[in-house]
Amino acid sequence: MNNRVVEDALLQQSAVAPTKKTVQMPIGVPGYTLTEESREVPVTEPPVWPINKDLKYVGQSVERYDGQAKVSGRARYTSDVQLPGMLYAKFVNAPMPHAKVVSIDTSAAEKYPGVRGVHVIQHVLGNAVLRNPALDAVKYPVVRYAGQPVAAVAATTPAAAEEAAALVKVRYEAIPFVVDEIKARATDAPKVFPGAADEEGSAGGGGGPSDVRQTGNIHGPSIHRHGEIAQGFKDADVVVEGRYVTQVQTHSALETHGVVADWKPELLTVWASTQGTASVREELAGFFKIPLTQVRVITEFMGGGFGAKFGAGNPGVVAAALSNKTGAPVRLMLDREEEHLSVGNRPSSDQTLRIGAKQDGTITAIHLVAYGTAGCGTGAGCSGPASNLYKTAALHTEESDVFINAGPASAMRAPGHPQGAFALEQTIDELAVKLNMEPIDLRDKTDEHPVRRVERQVVRDSDLWKSRNPVAGASQGPVKRGVGMAQSVWYRFVSMSSSAEVRIYKDGSLEVLSAVQDIGSGVKTVMAQILAEQFGVPPAQIAVKVGDTHYPEGPNSGGSMTTLSLTPAVRDAAWQASQMFLSDIAPALGTTSDDLVLVDGEVRSRSGKFAPISFRRAAAKMATSQIAVQAKRIPDYDPKKYLTYGGIDVAEVEVDTELGRIHVRRVLSVHDCGRPMNPAQVISQINGGIIQGISYTLLENRLLDPIYGLMVNPDLEQYKIIGAREIPDIDVRLVEAYIGQSSTDASGIGEAAGVVSIGAAIGNAVYNAIGVRIRQTPMTPAVVLAALRAPAPGKELA
Amino acid sequence: MNRFAIADCTSVDAALSQLKDGAVVKAGGVDLLDRMKDGIEQPEKLVNIRNISGLRGIHETDQGLTIGPLTTLAEISDHPLIRSHYQILSDACGHAATPHIRNMATVGGNLLQRVQCWYYRSSDFQCIRKGKDLCFAFEGLNQYHAIMEYATCPSVAPSSAAVALLGLNASVELSAAKRGKRTVGIRELYVVPDANPTKFTVIEPDDLLTAIVIPKPAAGTRSAYQKYGEKESFDWAIADAGVVLEMDGGICRRAVITMGAASPVVRRATQAEAALAGKPITEETARAAGQVAVQGAQPLSMNSYKLDLFPVAVYRTILYAAGQRDRDPGAAG
Repeated sequence: MNNRVVEDALLQQSAVAPTKKTVQMPIGVPGYTLTEESREVPVTEPPVWPINKDLKYVGQSVERYDGQAKVSGRARYTSDVQLPGMLYAKFVNAPMPHAKVVSIDTSAAEKYPGVRGVHVIQHVLGNAVLRNPALDAVKYPVVRYAGQPVAAVAATTPAAAEEAAALVKVRYEAIPFVVDEIKARATDAPKVFPGAADEEGSAGGGGGPSDVRQTGNIHGPSIHRHGEIAQGFKDADVVVEGRYVTQVQTHSALETHGVVADWKPELLTVWASTQGTASVREELAGFFKIPLTQVRVITEFMGGGFGAKFGAGNPGVVAAALSNKTGAPVRLMLDREEEHLSVGNRPSSDQTLRIGAKQDGTITAIHLVAYGTAGCGTGAGCSGPASNLYKTAALHTEESDVFINAGPASAMRAPGHPQGAFALEQTIDELAVKLNMEPIDLRDKTDEHPVRRVERQVVRDSDLWKSRNPVAGASQGPVKRGVGMAQSVWYRFVSMSSSAEVRIYKDGSLEVLSAVQDIGSGVKTVMAQILAEQFGVPPAQIAVKVGDTHYPEGPNSGGSMTTLSLTPAVRDAAWQASQMFLSDIAPALGTTSDDLVLVDGEVRSRSGKFAPISFRRAAAKMATSQIAVQAKRIPDYDPKKYLTYGGIDVAEVEVDTELGRIHVRRVLSVHDCGRPMNPAQVISQINGGIIQGISYTLLENRLLDPIYGLMVNPDLEQYKIIGAREIPDIDVRLVEAYIGQSSTDASGIGEAAGVVSIGAAIGNAVYNAIGVRIRQTPMTPAVVLAALRAPAPGKELA
Repeated sequence: MNRFAIADCTSVDAALSQLKDGAVVKAGGVDLLDRMKDGIEQPEKLVNIRNISGLRGIHETDQGLTIGPLTTLAEISDHPLIRSHYQILSDACGHAATPHIRNMATVGGNLLQRVQCWYYRSSDFQCIRKGKDLCFAFEGLNQYHAIMEYATCPSVAPSSAAVALLGLNASVELSAAKRGKRTVGIRELYVVPDANPTKFTVIEPDDLLTAIVIPKPAAGTRSAYQKYGEKESFDWAIADAGVVLEMDGGICRRAVITMGAASPVVRRATQAEAALAGKPITEETARAAGQVAVQGAQPLSMNSYKLDLFPVAVYRTILYAAGQRDRDPGAAG
């Protein structure tokens, strides 16, 4: 087509052709609430998919696209990247929690055999930033936590880099510090920052508000309210109140943070272990003031991030600077200790939660006062569950960050929500006890979400829930059994920076490309499934190319956005490419495109004009060597509806009352995520969320020595993380919940997947087992035994 | 980790001749390499004894058992004779660490591993066990530390195998080029920190541990070991108990009860032993023995919960040894 023809076509389209069409979409849960709603959608949108049981590849548990590469070791992760002449970099980290850097002498390190470059950090990333930077008028960044990187060395071997790093002479001037968050709240506590400071969230969320006051180390409160809280409590027949304390958890992904940076004059190429190739590119281009076109970020495989891996961060920026300086590629992977100290964590919480209700369960008031520490960052807010799960006449939340001299927090799987739900869902359980109501009945009364209502019915009908003894502490003997439930909530976030390109080659091969990274949740597999559904060929025959900013823009993988943001773009591109393909080959087949259908690896004529031919033979009839279509995410079809989703977790525990040990025996996990694109992968996410959540609830704890301010357990041995024997039998029931929002109608799952609610479910199960409520994590033997010894009802904080 | 030389030896004599000028023995390398990577030891030379075949294996003798120090924990725990007659040792070796480590770690190395106190294990803390004059655990974080016999250093004995071997009244054979061979009891192998905080064991730099000797148990002996952690999978003990019961029909003629995670070196709970002697094993007598096992304990600021755990570990392990109870599903390992 020449330009003139295109313009004519466009004019014609805008003049006469409608831009929207009305479609009927499945809505609700099959078997429970399935119905239809109409949606106005662009005419370019593909036909509405039926529910999963009527699809061939989408909605099926198709084998993970790269599973074999991963288990066989063929998969190439960032730390596997080897480039000719590559150097190895090692950070020099501050050994104390609070200090001014007086001088840095790099001369001995620079002379060390094998060393090619030393970089002194001028801008440290991740920490909260002073509103008035002049308060920190010093040559080098102030050290605000032990483990903060100060400089880095690049050398020809890892050993030389490590040895030379030890030769960098840094003179520190120690400043009084505080690592205990209760002490940090005192007016006379050492100040972490000399003035107000704020941390922005990353592409994965986290960070705190910047429009709040700061008093000493207390950043906040950030206050939200609706209704009259005093009146709400006045109207209440019963009031329950408790103080809940949760610890700091580190992300502890199997693969540590790290990059390989190769800075050539025309292009900076960075292999990164990241949840956002786009976010890494943006931060590097912004930091070094170079155009985005000169930065390429590649993430072929990714070994876990859980929210901590967005942007280039200190490792990315420092490796790039060293590559620029040395003219050689530089690899900088953190070690486990650095991973614990300097690249993020889940903030702690210290919540006082008060709920008032009528005798019939109607909630009249929810009042939350929360403190928490995100170290020298912000983002400890945890009011999400209290604000979004239940209907209440009045709500008042007050959240403050407490600065301490510890590594800054970052987004971590459902930021704020495991903490918030731990308090909220135990308080609701306590309210049920006080009202003498079944926990499920109480939630039926106060939770209006239509899908959770179905999920509660699934729980009610389960053998596990039926086996629950409603009388707390009823088992005989020292080992007591209990069952408890808790609910979760997460939100529908859509990244509009989501595009995909679909290519059909003349040899019949099919390819889909996007810069999106597969962080383990399986978006590659889902992309292949979508093309398979559209073209009628098996998913294994689709080539999926992701994790490279050379491809069309992809969403950053945070906030459970990846699948729900990207898959509609993939489907739209596949649909449009298939239509172009059929138009292209129809003349050669002696028919028109509307007579053609793609099914079971064949092109068929609806009218029987020709015998079915294979997709490959049909592709050979293409006029040119390839057909390529790029499509971009369009907004949700009805963005005012179905803004939240979630699920319910039920835990069965055994509490050994002599040892204070809690063992989680079984978990029933009932969750929704819109249209489950690949049930096996969704279940895998939920398994992971449950496992990570149990680990958080019972075991993990970042321990800082109170006198020296250093983490005493920066490993995976004394930092207790869940092992195989702590993992229960997990029964996941997926609830298909159609919401009519896009051409795939997918939602997210990573955050809602168990990690939000399992802690409270365990807490409620423990109460059911022993009649004592544990309001503190991790629930170690020491904590459980202390609670058993002195259970002042309602106040038994161990 | 520092740079070092390594001498690969295939005979005891060759290894002994290399043990000079600060050279350090490497067997499985599990604990030593951790210490080197953590920067708390920087030996210039390692003597690799892993390939000395004569130091590996389990041999039955008229007097009992001789175990080569290079025998792995997995080999010991799976050995039929040890399973049938020395269950305490099979339990201890079979539930140590992880399956991977049990396949790699040697029993000799396990006995000679250093304490796991996080202050000792961190190069950031120069503590009394490293020749300085401070202990950081007394005022710091001490939830996993000792509840008795800790005047100088409250780290706890890390080796489960040692708890079992103390219960079996075992000894070790030490060899040195200059001094020849000598035999040392398991308890005497360890130097209490009050006597010398930097010494850990009586082994001299030129000594090689060449055998573990276990006397034959008296007829009617039953034994068991259990440890409890915060986790069930690969955790260090927060409480543990080794139990050896010499039974005469239904009566316990003599009991040996040992503990690791209570004190800086393995100890016998003699009051608990006395409480059982001459009595039948019942839940009541077992619980009574457990109660006195922690007599005189003085918890630190964060570990009083151990006073609850040890009596339970002891009574449940007594009943397990006596065949009155299964291995505790909540025990670690």
